[in-house]
Amino acid sequence: MTLPESPPATHAVRPVPEVTSTPAPLLRVRGLSVSYAPPGKGTHLGTGAALRDADLEVRPSEIVGIVGETGSGKTTLARATVGLVAPAAGSIEFAGEDIGGLRGRARRAFRRSGQVQLVFQDPLRSLDPDLTVTDLVREPLDIAGVLSRTEREQRVAESLRLVGLDPDAVAERRPRHLSGGQRQRVSLARAVATRPRLLFCDEPVSALDVSNRNLVLNLLDQLRAELDLAVVIIAHDLSSLAGIADRVAVFYRGRIVEQGPIREVLGDPAHPYTALLTASAPSIGDEERLDPARLRPTGDTPAWPADLGCVFAHRCPFAHDACADQPASPTLPHAPQRRAACHDAAAWRERLDQPSPQKESA
Amino acid sequence: MSSVREHTASTLEVSDLQISVGDGLVAVQDVSFRIGRGESVGLVGESGSGKTLTCRAALGLLPATGRVDAGRIVLGDGPDAVELTGARRSTWDRVRAGRIGAVFQDPASYLNPSLTVGHQLAEQLRVKRGLRRGAARDRTVELFAEVGLHDPAGVFQQYPHQLSGGMLQRVLIAIAISCEPELLIADEATTALDVVIQAEILALLRRLRASHGLSLLLVTHDLAVVAESCERILVMYGGQIVESGPTEDVLEDPQHPYTRALMGVATIGDWGRRRLDVIPGQPPAAGEKMPGCRFAPRCGYAAAACLAGPVPVTDLGAGRTSRCVRTSASLAEAVPA
Repeated sequence: MTLPESPPATHAVRPVPEVTSTPAPLLRVRGLSVSYAPPGKGTHLGTGAALRDADLEVRPSEIVGIVGETGSGKTTLARATVGLVAPAAGSIEFAGEDIGGLRGRARRAFRRSGQVQLVFQDPLRSLDPDLTVTDLVREPLDIAGVLSRTEREQRVAESLRLVGLDPDAVAERRPRHLSGGQRQRVSLARAVATRPRLLFCDEPVSALDVSNRNLVLNLLDQLRAELDLAVVIIAHDLSSLAGIADRVAVFYRGRIVEQGPIREVLGDPAHPYTALLTASAPSIGDEERLDPARLRPTGDTPAWPADLGCVFAHRCPFAHDACADQPASPTLPHAPQRRAACHDAAAWRERLDQPSPQKESA
Repeated sequence: MSSVREHTASTLEVSDLQISVGDGLVAVQDVSFRIGRGESVGLVGESGSGKTLTCRAALGLLPATGRVDAGRIVLGDGPDAVELTGARRSTWDRVRAGRIGAVFQDPASYLNPSLTVGHQLAEQLRVKRGLRRGAARDRTVELFAEVGLHDPAGVFQQYPHQLSGGMLQRVLIAIAISCEPELLIADEATTALDVVIQAEILALLRRLRASHGLSLLLVTHDLAVVAESCERILVMYGGQIVESGPTEDVLEDPQHPYTRALMGVATIGDWGRRRLDVIPGQPPAAGEKMPGCRFAPRCGYAAAACLAGPVPVTDLGAGRTSRCVRTSASLAEAVPA
């Protein structure tokens, strides 16, 4: 397997101890860019860029939600973190160790250790249909090469119980003989069998009914508490996510446009795209919300060139000359926990025709 | 209290519908509802509740193993009324060419990948409306503009793989309204789209309803989608309609425990940390024989009377019905188990 060499600069970026009381991050992604285009002259970060300059931290036993439309780079971040794609630039540190720069044997060893696990959207397609539940959950332990045979059997039963399945009832079943909710729980049991420290869940509930959706999300919350696990959840359903996540990162066209504590970000968005997302989410009985039409460009504003400057400018009703440069993602002056990649993070709200029910940014 | 207009003429009337699949497994039973002219009705339920089978029956598109065992589906009113149960092929062709339009969850699978989307709509206009080539082309561009596609003439030339999911759904909607139908059926039409696009498509459906005088049957698993787009709601569970009524009234004061449970798990407009509710247990499988209420095994309010025999639909007045032995007042008194 040939992979592009990672830039040596990644070793120069060492974690700087922060002067806050929060624990050191378990995962620290800095300036991460990933491109699926073949590396070559001029295409290095050209049209194939799936993720650009992403900064994200995940602290131990924290739930971080990731939202964004299809193709916005959410899954790419997950794949890069578990070592399935190599970054074109930037660094990925896990527990203080640079894993973005790992190659060959070292990278395989890290992947097989099962410290970071990935759960996929569609359990019917990600679970081997020929394997029984026991085999499926034991496989990562076999690959990691840890524990004795009897310990592995115990760990399998324990993992199934953790996700609320009765080992005796499901052990010999195959994926097609399980319900959708049960299958997703088997995927989770499989992911936690190696007792990972970080779990990446790629749309774990999108294929499930509302009731099963909440069941799986509650389960993730419970696993976080019982296994001291950090969890990253990629999801569509903002309201469910808000029910359990601590922080959220909003992706748009390969960039993280906003991140911060989930209640503050969704309740008082600093980026116009986040505002459009929260205004568009269907809900029962929320009279005070903005009409999403007010957050879309009207017919009389001139069309913005699709690839100029800020990734959201072509859909932003507030875009102006400064937006021809992609904004960085600075922390907000009034909320140091929050970051937004918008030149007008503090001011765009004032340009809505009528005052919004939410408080104005200082 | 209710803002629902009176819809005197009916567009679709379904009575006592029973559908079975496979070897006589009854998947839909005792389903009756009516869609008034220009009315929007939301049919809500979990997967396997029979909502898709019900609307497929109204389109004559049941799967090969499915059949209508009993009941009537009547399209239109007065002299235009057509009985759809047991209709001949030629009747279906007429109905689907001019009176019912439909859009589904996965728009790409309803388009031919090797023809441009413009060609596919223009062809329909030529076959069904008898337009000439040039007129069909002009009308197609017009329809594409009407469903909010930017650069409609450019989209005409594009193949399905060149368009995003939201654009494809707009193309499908353009095709569905091209025959100027009385009724548009949208079966999970926004489920696969991200929330921003979903809101745009729902706004488009609302706009088309107003401008074309369409009746709309919106089939979805998401109560919140119905809350914003439909005047009346039908809640389906285990192959039966368990509650119906004006959307606002039903959501304000649900009468059936299942509707209450659905509201507990639905998207609500708040971003706070909270316990996410779960409805315990699993819905019944198609054809599962249950003597009493089909929701009883999962219901916190279930009593002996619920298991004894079939629970009839109770007319609660003000256009509302509930298939439950309890009334709202006795629900309020009872403590869920």
